[in-house]
Amino acid sequence: MSLVQNFPFFSIILAMFSGILSSVLSGRKARNLSLAMIGITTLLSGATLAFCLRTGESYTYMMGHFPAPWGNEIRAGVLEGLTAVMFGVVMFLAVLGGLDHTAEDVEEKKLNLFYIMIDLMLSSLLALVYTNDLFTAYVFVEINTIAGCGLIMIRQKGRSMSAAIRYMIMSQIGSGLFLIGLSLLYDVTGHLLMSPAKESVEILAAAGDYRIPMLVIMAVISVGLAIKSGLYPFHYWIPDTYGYATPTASAVLSGLVSKGYIFLLVKIFYRVLGYDHVISSQMANVLYAFGVAGMVMGSVHAIQETDTRRMTAYSSVAQIGYIYMGIGLGTPSGMVAALFHIFTHSATKALLFISAVGLYEVSGDKKDFVSLRGAAYRNPLAGIGFAVGSLSMVGFPMLSGFISKLLFATSAQESPHKMLPTLFVLAVSTTLNAIYFLRLVITLYSRRRAEDDPIPEPVNAKSSWKLKLAILCFIGVNLVLGMASQPIVQAISDGLGMFD
Amino acid sequence: MSRRRDDYETSMAFRFLQWLNGESDTLSRNMEAREAIVRPEETFEAEAAQKKAYGEELSRLSAENADKRAVLRARGIRYFQRFYKVMSVILCIGIILVLLWTVAALPPTGGADNPANNEVAARYIEKGLQETGAVNIVTGMILDYRAFDTFGESCVLFIASCCVLVLLRLDADSKDESVRKMIAESDDRLFEPKNDVVLQKCACVLVPIILIFGIYIVLNGHLSPGGGFSGGAVLGSGLILYLNAYGYEKMSRMFTEKIYKRTTLCALTFYCLAKSYSFFTGANHLESGIPTGTPGAILSSGLILPLNICVGLVVACTMYVFYTLFRKGGM
Repeated sequence: MSLVQNFPFFSIILAMFSGILSSVLSGRKARNLSLAMIGITTLLSGATLAFCLRTGESYTYMMGHFPAPWGNEIRAGVLEGLTAVMFGVVMFLAVLGGLDHTAEDVEEKKLNLFYIMIDLMLSSLLALVYTNDLFTAYVFVEINTIAGCGLIMIRQKGRSMSAAIRYMIMSQIGSGLFLIGLSLLYDVTGHLLMSPAKESVEILAAAGDYRIPMLVIMAVISVGLAIKSGLYPFHYWIPDTYGYATPTASAVLSGLVSKGYIFLLVKIFYRVLGYDHVISSQMANVLYAFGVAGMVMGSVHAIQETDTRRMTAYSSVAQIGYIYMGIGLGTPSGMVAALFHIFTHSATKALLFISAVGLYEVSGDKKDFVSLRGAAYRNPLAGIGFAVGSLSMVGFPMLSGFISKLLFATSAQESPHKMLPTLFVLAVSTTLNAIYFLRLVITLYSRRRAEDDPIPEPVNAKSSWKLKLAILCFIGVNLVLGMASQPIVQAISDGLGMFD
Repeated sequence: MSRRRDDYETSMAFRFLQWLNGESDTLSRNMEAREAIVRPEETFEAEAAQKKAYGEELSRLSAENADKRAVLRARGIRYFQRFYKVMSVILCIGIILVLLWTVAALPPTGGADNPANNEVAARYIEKGLQETGAVNIVTGMILDYRAFDTFGESCVLFIASCCVLVLLRLDADSKDESVRKMIAESDDRLFEPKNDVVLQKCACVLVPIILIFGIYIVLNGHLSPGGGFSGGAVLGSGLILYLNAYGYEKMSRMFTEKIYKRTTLCALTFYCLAKSYSFFTGANHLESGIPTGTPGAILSSGLILPLNICVGLVVACTMYVFYTLFRKGGM
């Protein structure tokens, strides 16, 4: 076994260890440690990805001295490596961009606790990506939930407390359903590791045993993870959570946390339950219906918002709908489109939240449309960042959102019954996206009027270089996803092939 | 002859412009639009004298309407709440029925040929003692076969206590006046019963026994039922009893925030490093070189004993910290 193959394990342990270490460090040191750790884990994930691309196959890694059905195991392949790299990059830029605001929003003595949450959040995301064991997945889902709660409520101002409580209740319902699903699955298969569990599931399906439990398991696991990732009818925690947390937390929660759960769901579909069974049991259709509803309703809610951060949050509801629609299409290309949209959305939504910070800074920290009028002239780079993010969400060519919409539209043509509704809803949702995003972009680029309230002098007129660097890098990531999409799409479909 | 239109304010174009400029929010705009439809048409037709009467009438009417609307709205909300309650009960009953139905279809409890009785459990039971050196096979399972999950669980405890610290710790040298006031108010050290003889005498007898029992459970985790999690809980409750009997002042002689932090750090760090070593050697098929010892002896079963001690320390500290933070927001 070559050294590179140890890297997934190293990156998880490194993230957890720096979280533990941060508990005795000062806020500043914890911050630096956290940034360094995120950088190193991203490099490690990159090396893993390169290794898997070179060898062209995935491998499992024993956590301890005992092989598959007895001990814990993690697994790395092209798709896992790619997702881990993407998560690492977005996490790094989100932390970097929100650095100054984190220091403002969080009490100084509690700053190290914030970075503990960030570290453990990253470790749990990596573990959700790499895991090959259902119970390990559950343990890290728990860590993820608690860390998410901590990230929201550490800004102890305004409505973030009630937002955290709402998040906790919804998220715990999701975890509970997921746990029920896992225990039922263990009861009928007797395995917790993914590969042997899948073998038993196949045997059961061939013999036709335990039909009802298998159906309920599928439903309960899907609904549990759908609640946690904020699929449409379960989305009520999203606007408050993303709207009132500190910017880094908003970017991390919207860009990464919900994506981690979706990735886990895809992994469970492919590696445990069997995607064919998911389709034949109509579960895929249910997810498709909810996804389509979310695409429209999320945008409708976003149009009605006057607070721009809540508007961006509601737009996440619509984008999560896109992803579930892709999963529900029931074709491999639909799944590729959904996975590509995971990357698109995590890069773009984090860009929107981070660049919006630069705009609020120059508008007296107000978040409504009137105060933001002309903000793009006062902070040009943040304005460009926000415009690029908006255009990407709408589906402007050259940007990543265009590629995902293209992939969704082409994959829809492979499933005859769903082609028309998919194309129709894509068109409607794109129009709605354009209405609310371009409205805000136009507002940002229109001159202030005489009767508008004067803006209070901003405390720090120039936003820091960290924010600027983060915005620039995010724009770069978006352009890379949009213009060099071919190898990435190829890698995703290769990675999906390795899942079986 | 075309009449000049004076209803621009209610037209779609104006509303779109308003919305584009972000001057209206959706709810209030709808309400204005509804009133505006009635009023201007009639005022336009009426003469000046009638206008006034009309105006009064209108304002009376609209006031009545407003009352009526409010009544209707309240009724609507009431109906909705009733509907909501009924629906949630129906939904819960539905989910309960589905889950019960599922349970009925599951393999019977304790059946010999259940799917869960497979090679996995068989190896844990038959070879667990040789492979891990632990007489208590549950401990062998959680701290050797599936140690990564257990490390995750200890991190759950750690991050949960961090969250409680975020919520409840009050910063003594905070710049905010209200926070300092809150600390002064919530400090219940002043009201502690310092000389509760009954409690103190009971604690005097019980605390050493409880602590020793907790240590026994932790140290014998690999030999008899128990282990880090249960022993740590016993230790934590012993500390809480001592705190209640003798107060913070005496407690802070042996247990302060600094000690809590260092203990947790050392325990989790040791767990992390030790297990990383064993994962690394395991995955790369190297010999770990950690002896399992004679089964049944106290110093046996390799890493399990030190790991149990670590888990026990983390659990005890977490329990004690939860108690102190919920009581007065600081240690």
